[in-house]
Amino acid sequence: MTPLPVTAAKPAAAPGHPVLRLRGLVKTFKTHPVLCGIDLDVARGSTVAIIGPSGSGKSTLLRCINHLEKPTAGVIEIDGKPTESHTSASRRERERELNAMRATVGMVFQRFNLFSHRTALANVMEGLLVVKRLPRAEARQAALAMLDRVNMAHKVDAHPAQLSGGQQQRVAIARALVMQPSLMLFDEATSALDPEMVQEVLNVMRSLSEDGLTMLVVTHEMGFAREVADRAIFMDAGLVIEDDVPERLFTRPQRERTKAFLRNVRR
Amino acid sequence: MIGISFTPLIPYIPEFLRGIRATIIYASVSLCLACVVGLVVAMARRSAAAPLRWVAQGYVDLIRGTPALVQIFFIYFGLPALGIYIAAPLAGIIAIGLNSAGYLAEIFRAGIAGVDGGQIEAGRSIGMSRNQTFRRVVLPQALRLAVPAAAGEFTSLVKGTSLLSTISITELTRVAQQVVSVTFRPIEAYLAVALVYLVLNTAISQASAWLERALRRGEGLA
Repeated sequence: MTPLPVTAAKPAAAPGHPVLRLRGLVKTFKTHPVLCGIDLDVARGSTVAIIGPSGSGKSTLLRCINHLEKPTAGVIEIDGKPTESHTSASRRERERELNAMRATVGMVFQRFNLFSHRTALANVMEGLLVVKRLPRAEARQAALAMLDRVNMAHKVDAHPAQLSGGQQQRVAIARALVMQPSLMLFDEATSALDPEMVQEVLNVMRSLSEDGLTMLVVTHEMGFAREVADRAIFMDAGLVIEDDVPERLFTRPQRERTKAFLRNVRR
Repeated sequence: MIGISFTPLIPYIPEFLRGIRATIIYASVSLCLACVVGLVVAMARRSAAAPLRWVAQGYVDLIRGTPALVQIFFIYFGLPALGIYIAAPLAGIIAIGLNSAGYLAEIFRAGIAGVDGGQIEAGRSIGMSRNQTFRRVVLPQALRLAVPAAAGEFTSLVKGTSLLSTISITELTRVAQQVVSVTFRPIEAYLAVALVYLVLNTAISQASAWLERALRRGEGLA
């Protein structure tokens, strides 16, 4: 069986466009600044790991990219297209644009967030049916193939409550992946898992990375960041402190704060 | 002292059956009205528009803070003074339905609030609109959470239809009153009627328990 394509046919974006481009991204909760001006490009097919202490803004960064949190200021471009066009007239129209954008950005949550009233298969079919409006048979076929891709073909009719954390997270990955996103966001995808289930999820993520999916991964798994990512970013206090190939960032960090953080996580 | 005997009631069985039928019909129709209005009010209470929230909150407070009997009298006896005439059956259904809606609105609202925020984020993250997420993700789970409390409210509604006897609607309780007035058998008549209400409400509780189990297995509404 040939591996399934996990990325969409390349969209009309000019070649060389980064899949994700952030300029001056700022997020403030009330008066509390969480992101203080983030510039970041993510090239097509690359896996970028974001590490940093809790409260450094890593998760908020991901959540701003697909507008689960409304950015306070700055520019976000996905496939060269700004997520907020200031020209579109009505609120309704802007809302529609955001929905369309979210369909092209997959997100995997720390707590899986599978639809608890639906089976694994129905979870994966939901976006195809409701957002992409595929015929049921076609959606079912694509969903089954994607569940197979994350090694969950044996549990398609199970409800989330009947699955282990690792299984739920793999279904959640399939649910995001089946939309053929140009970018996948992983928000501490293994942090809520029992230790023996972390690996099965990381294995799926590793294989997606090898297939050339564009991934932005917030993680506490330093081993994964180091071995799988093409690039590692260290964030602290709402800023990108260091941005380098993982090998160098982990072995010869340049900045004091990065060194201190890595010392602490290694103990 | 006369001993208890149900025999004098036997000739009135057809009347009792008509009363039971009327009670079931009034309860069912009022229930439908209550569910629709209750859901609308529950959604209005979560609306982004503040005036809508205030109106919904005011409605819930008004309904829950005043006696159902006063509400029935207001609609049947009060509104005609404003030139609004509603026939007793319709007035009864409206009064009972709107009353129950006030309670159901709170039950639905609690159900909606009980759905994990992550479920909404998951729906939005795959590109579903606010409405799609509400309809397909939040509402089915909210209803599941609301089943036990809603079933409790349904039994209240069934019992509440007995108040309609006061505006000359011939439902079960009024049938009992009429039968008592000719047979002088109040103990037997009201015992019989009480038993009917008990059976109806036990059926509702059983159905609710069954539905809960089914939903927990992931069937039913899902």
